[in-house]
Amino acid sequence: MEKTLYTVIIFSENTVGVLNQITVIFTRRGLNIETLSVSPSAIEGIHKFTITVFTTQDVIEKVVQQIDKRVDILKAYYNIDEDLVHQEIALYKVDTSKLLAMGSIEKLIRDYQIHVLELTENCVVFEKTGHYQETQKLFEELSSSIGVLQFIRSGRIAITKSKVERLSDMLEKMMKLEEKVNTTSETQE
Amino acid sequence: MKMTGSKALIESLLQEGVETIFGYPGGAILPVFDALYDYDQKVNHILTRHEQGAAHAAEGYARVSGKVGVCLITSGPAATNAITGISDAMLDSVPLLVITGQVGAGLLGTDAFQEIDVIGITQPITKWSYQIRRAEDVAWAVARAFYIASTGRPGPVVLDFTKNAQSEEVDFQYKPCKFIRSYIPVPEVNISQLEKAAELINAAKKPFAVVGHGVILGQAEKDLMELLEKADIPAAWTLLGASAMPSDFRLNKGFVGMHGNVAPNMKTNECDVLIAIGMRFDDRVTGDLKTYASQAKVIHIDIDAAELNKNLKVEVPVLGSAKDVLPALTKLVKPARHTEWIDSFEIYKNTEYEKVIEREVFPKSGKITMGEVINKVSEATHHNAICVTDVGQNQMAAARYFKFSQTRSLITSGGLGTMGFGLPAAIGAKIASPDRTVCLFAGDGGFQMTIQELGTIMENNIGVKMIVLDNQFLGMVRQWQELFYEERYSFTKMKNPDFVAIGKAYNINGRLVNEREELDDAIAEMLKDDNPYLLVVNVERKGMVYPMIPAGTSVTNIILE
Ligand SMILES: Cc1ncc(C[n+]2csc(CCOP(=O)(O)OP(=O)(O)O)c2C)c(N)n1
Repeated sequence: MEKTLYTVIIFSENTVGVLNQITVIFTRRGLNIETLSVSPSAIEGIHKFTITVFTTQDVIEKVVQQIDKRVDILKAYYNIDEDLVHQEIALYKVDTSKLLAMGSIEKLIRDYQIHVLELTENCVVFEKTGHYQETQKLFEELSSSIGVLQFIRSGRIAITKSKVERLSDMLEKMMKLEEKVNTTSETQE
Repeated sequence: MKMTGSKALIESLLQEGVETIFGYPGGAILPVFDALYDYDQKVNHILTRHEQGAAHAAEGYARVSGKVGVCLITSGPAATNAITGISDAMLDSVPLLVITGQVGAGLLGTDAFQEIDVIGITQPITKWSYQIRRAEDVAWAVARAFYIASTGRPGPVVLDFTKNAQSEEVDFQYKPCKFIRSYIPVPEVNISQLEKAAELINAAKKPFAVVGHGVILGQAEKDLMELLEKADIPAAWTLLGASAMPSDFRLNKGFVGMHGNVAPNMKTNECDVLIAIGMRFDDRVTGDLKTYASQAKVIHIDIDAAELNKNLKVEVPVLGSAKDVLPALTKLVKPARHTEWIDSFEIYKNTEYEKVIEREVFPKSGKITMGEVINKVSEATHHNAICVTDVGQNQMAAARYFKFSQTRSLITSGGLGTMGFGLPAAIGAKIASPDRTVCLFAGDGGFQMTIQELGTIMENNIGVKMIVLDNQFLGMVRQWQELFYEERYSFTKMKNPDFVAIGKAYNINGRLVNEREELDDAIAEMLKDDNPYLLVVNVERKGMVYPMIPAGTSVTNIILE
């Protein structure tokens, strides 16, 4: 079956050990995580994981169900690239003298929409955000011309294009449920 | 009220209605055991002889009672000893709470004495595992643990309790947990899925149901039978669905899977609508998924969304508890009669009787067989006993030949297939149900895996009726070697001790039976009172459990003799 890059988006409670619970589900099925990014979400106390993985639709569906089932997970879902606005950030450190010797610095910065973060006698640090292919292209261009001293790329972060906000819908539903549970237990008492 | 974290733990357990704890003390849980000393009137603590035994005993207790089984052990090697029981509970959806001691919070991560990463190890094999590092969290964590273990699809929970939190003081207040915002234990039933299911059933000419553990866990046995009766649907059960319907129920067509009955296995591939209820299409049930019920439209009812379309792609997945779905479905289905279809099971049943059952259960000559012993014990207990099994041929034979009149009467390790499960699980079963006869069937191999629990039986005089079916082989593995490995019996032959003498050493009465003529008398002796008893039966050494559908193949490959 054909493999696609899927982006798994997970909202969890902010408790110790959630990442482990998530990664073992990938490990069990022998899936290699391509990128991973975790941070507090817009809602206080809720963490958001963005994970990319190459696999089939059949497998990703099951994996997401198994993640979603964990008690500490609020909601897990998956998307293909077309559903998402996504971005990665990359940092490149290059040798200052080699860069100056290159000549076409302005063109490079314009073409790639580079931000210069640091500039010293010894080195220059660039930042580029973009899709994987874009940050990779700059890496390859620099590597083959002046060489890259250090390179780092973040995991993907993504936002869905759709109108539905799955987490807020879920939280709303759960809040209603909680009220119901509380009122029935009060009347029982 | 101010008290230590240890006392708070016990008070919390009492709040949850815990009466029995299976445990084993040690350094990192000593404060709790010290607190327990003052609760001997309120809590029945059973000291097992190994933490694996404690975990399986708690499982046996939970499987019979439906309540959360509780296990209290120390850190490090005790926790690792319990891993098998925790995994077993995970695969079989058993509500289990394992409380492990842990080094003081200040020492975590330092390789302190008997420190292991209990949370890291148990996360993949529990429904929830949590480390209590402060006494203030005790009540909260216990409340949550019970809620998670016992609701929805039940499962094991681990609380790893650091030593400092056991001795620190806390102002104790208990509030049961009834809601967790990230957890929906019982999903609401989708009406349109339900209607689709009813439509399929109403149009079916040859409907067939397969009943799993979910029906028992959801306490939906009555609801199940009402649905089956109304729409006249013949039904079979998986290993863990055994006893959900009484054995003599008109529509009960037997056991499905690798060693199941011929008729229900064959009919799985002849029915037009298959209704799977609270089961998960395990490979031991389905064999080759490509040929499994491929002609049928399949309705799958399960409480766990992750099970729907996991192994088998189905026409109509119905998410929900059997307790909610079955009565709602019964309302929607039309009364029907499928007499011809139901009668058609008889042909296969007769074939199986002639080729398998008659010689296994009523042999006229040769050595005693497993089926013979199991059938006799079942009859002698009027099919009212709880049957606990170990794993292997003894287990499959017990599932096939023991008869049930009440639910929760077959206690067996299904998903994990844990040898050594039987003896400790039988202890838990008897404690949960002291008024019922509890019969354990074990092989000579599995019995020796947890044989030390005879000490627990002796100390507490637990009236378990133990029947060791001794074939001096790891029988089930030998069976595979005979069938698939050219009779190359690589390390499956066993030289066994005098089991009856071992029983005697533990002050447990027993008897060795070699001859068919002695069997009835020995069983009568075993059942004459409520004391523990060890009956050792030397059975046919190279007996086979038939029928058998070789792993990964389809029912057409069934081996009958
Ligand atoms: C802990 C464990 N180890 C190994 C196995 C593999 N295994 C399955 S059945 C079996 C043979 C069991 O032999 P015995 O207990 O004598 O029972 P019998 O099959 O003869 O009834 C073995 C070794 C297992 N299921 N569990």
